[in-house]
Amino acid sequence: MKYVDEFRDGEKARVLIGEIESLVSGMKLPEGRPLYLMEVCGGHTHSIFRYGLEGMLPKAIELVHGPGCPVCVLPMGRVDDCVAIAENPKVIFTTFGDAMRVPGSRKSLLQAKADGADVRMVYSPMDALQLARRNPAREVVFFGLGFETTMPSTALTILQAESEGIRNFSVFCNHITIVPTIKAILDSPGLQLDGFLGPGHVSMVIGTAPYEFIANFYRKPMVVAGFEPLDILQSIWMLLKQIAEGRVEVENQYARVVPSEGNNAALRAVAQVYELREFFEWRGLGSIDHSGVRLRDAYVHFDAERKFAIPNVRIADPKSCQCGEVLKGALKPWQCKVFGTSCTPETPLGALMVSSEGACAAYYQYGGQKRQAEVV
Amino acid sequence: MNFVPFVKTRTRGKVNVSSVTLAHGGGGKAMKDLIDDVFLTAFGEHACEPLEDQARFDLAVFAAHGDRLAFTTDSFVVDPLFFPGGDIGKLAVCGTVNDLAVGGAVPMYLSCAVIIEEGVQIDLLRQVALSMARTASQAGVQIVTGDTKVVPRGACDKIFITTTGVGAIPASLALGVDKARAGDAVLVNGLLGDHGAAILCARGDMALETPIASDCACLHELIGAILAAAPGTRFIRDATRGGVATVLNEIADGSGVSIEIEEGMTPIREEVKAFCEVLGLDPLYLANEGKIVVIVPPDQAEAALAAMRRDPLGLDAARIGRITSDQDSRVMMRTSFGGHRMVDMLVGEQLPRIC
Ligand code: SF4
Repeated sequence: MKYVDEFRDGEKARVLIGEIESLVSGMKLPEGRPLYLMEVCGGHTHSIFRYGLEGMLPKAIELVHGPGCPVCVLPMGRVDDCVAIAENPKVIFTTFGDAMRVPGSRKSLLQAKADGADVRMVYSPMDALQLARRNPAREVVFFGLGFETTMPSTALTILQAESEGIRNFSVFCNHITIVPTIKAILDSPGLQLDGFLGPGHVSMVIGTAPYEFIANFYRKPMVVAGFEPLDILQSIWMLLKQIAEGRVEVENQYARVVPSEGNNAALRAVAQVYELREFFEWRGLGSIDHSGVRLRDAYVHFDAERKFAIPNVRIADPKSCQCGEVLKGALKPWQCKVFGTSCTPETPLGALMVSSEGACAAYYQYGGQKRQAEVV
Repeated sequence: MNFVPFVKTRTRGKVNVSSVTLAHGGGGKAMKDLIDDVFLTAFGEHACEPLEDQARFDLAVFAAHGDRLAFTTDSFVVDPLFFPGGDIGKLAVCGTVNDLAVGGAVPMYLSCAVIIEEGVQIDLLRQVALSMARTASQAGVQIVTGDTKVVPRGACDKIFITTTGVGAIPASLALGVDKARAGDAVLVNGLLGDHGAAILCARGDMALETPIASDCACLHELIGAILAAAPGTRFIRDATRGGVATVLNEIADGSGVSIEIEEGMTPIREEVKAFCEVLGLDPLYLANEGKIVVIVPPDQAEAALAAMRRDPLGLDAARIGRITSDQDSRVMMRTSFGGHRMVDMLVGEQLPRIC
């Protein structure tokens, strides 16, 4: 904790906020609107709310909460697929906690569990593999979920299962990759974003080079940011400095953790186990080319998609949901038609209301109601 | 209590098998033996009148302690049954004693209903009963009536216990959730979240070993000391399931006031902080079994704090915030970083984040 406390020092924060304010006041702002900075990663969204960062920043800066929470971008049909696998009596279905409450078209995994499916919460894919070792007569399926952050640990678990010859373990692979996602956002029409806070954990694995196109091609600055509140403030300051000086670069604020070339061992495991899918469906964003991965043929016996009959039905998002607009930063959560009325953390319509990293849930929990009242 | 004389002279039944079977719930000799051997042996002669269907009290005993009867009930279903710092038996006694004490009542008698899953080891049951007895005797309350049921395997999870408690409230006291006023101080008696963290660790399904013990304890003496030192105390509640955040929201709602707490003043063990950090949990919502939130007028806050710190269960007592005049019934936290965030009611269970 000592190490962490260093990045939560309120005194240092005040100094940084002062510098941010003076940078902003000397800057030419876009006509008629504040500067929009998008944090791509759900972990950042969470920290921003948890430490009350939004309220500390000058009004001329507005943070836009991007699509970086893997739970939030999971399409409903995929949850239905999970439920279908989990309802197989032979199966022990394992998942990270916050995927449990995401609504499917019929039910969530939590409801499936209440209805008798053997759904268990795990903290890592290795826990799921351990369950498989202990229950040789059952089929243990792990719900592989997340960006490059969690992708290597699923890959390493599969390699471990392979080396032990375990055959009652498989992965329902829904891992997604960050770069095509950012590209999809940059390509969306009418985009108003002035810079990006890049995801720290993902970059730990892939490094910073894959983001160069954002600066070179789309002419938007990016700063790869850590998750502590001072990290985030410092990254915002670095972004503003680029904008003020007319530079457009990919910078690395999180260099204490993120090597610019990434993590080779993790990347090797990822390359060995997965291949890109042609396209992958995202909640609210539609299908994005090459944005998801699946297991290579060599690991077919660990692929739940090929081991089980999966309905694989496309379910349209509920009409009233505006998750897509919120994910792209076009709408603030409280501007969604159903925010806080038919969509609440108790009765979520969209996944953004479920995960603690989802922007809607965060607004709702950490002061969204008040914000909404001020805006309306 | 008046004891029925033949209870003492009667020879006790003995359970001769190692685990509970459905026969122990059948109402016949096996059940009688189980009650005699396991429960009456543990609870002793205080568990009086086993041959009556009710405990009987002399009303004068209550009247001597106060002018109102306090009456509460709670069920305990913890998994695992034994954890660092306690077990289900200790929890079942402390929980109900505390529910009485937070209203200012002097806890006096408990009942205990036990639902046992077929197959539970008799020794395990004995340990639980002994722990209940030990805790009750330390707390100065008597377990005076009870019930046991045995259900088929799978119909419950090992052992469920329901305890009901009665006590008397001194005439001078009138605590209430509607009594908080702007300016009042918000106090807690120690480090928050230990119980929740200890249970999550003890379940062992997360590869984390953290030396955190539950704070499970009977708080009536501490509460007595607070009430003596700060007679103007407005409200006390134990912060069990849902943690301190939930209690604060209940107060904000009940009194129509808002509350501002300071993250920097809120006592949380470093290990619990680190544990929450790893799992993406918020310690304010973690369960406690030995922690109370106390609302006192500002001029009595120091006296209440001093009284708490004199008690071993209040060594880390702290003033964590105050009641504000904002009438939105909101709980806000000033983060140690200098920002503000809302501390809302939790929806459902806290689920760990993925990354
Ligand atoms: S309020 Fe609900 S429906 Fe609207 S964007 Fe948020 S999660 Fe989606």
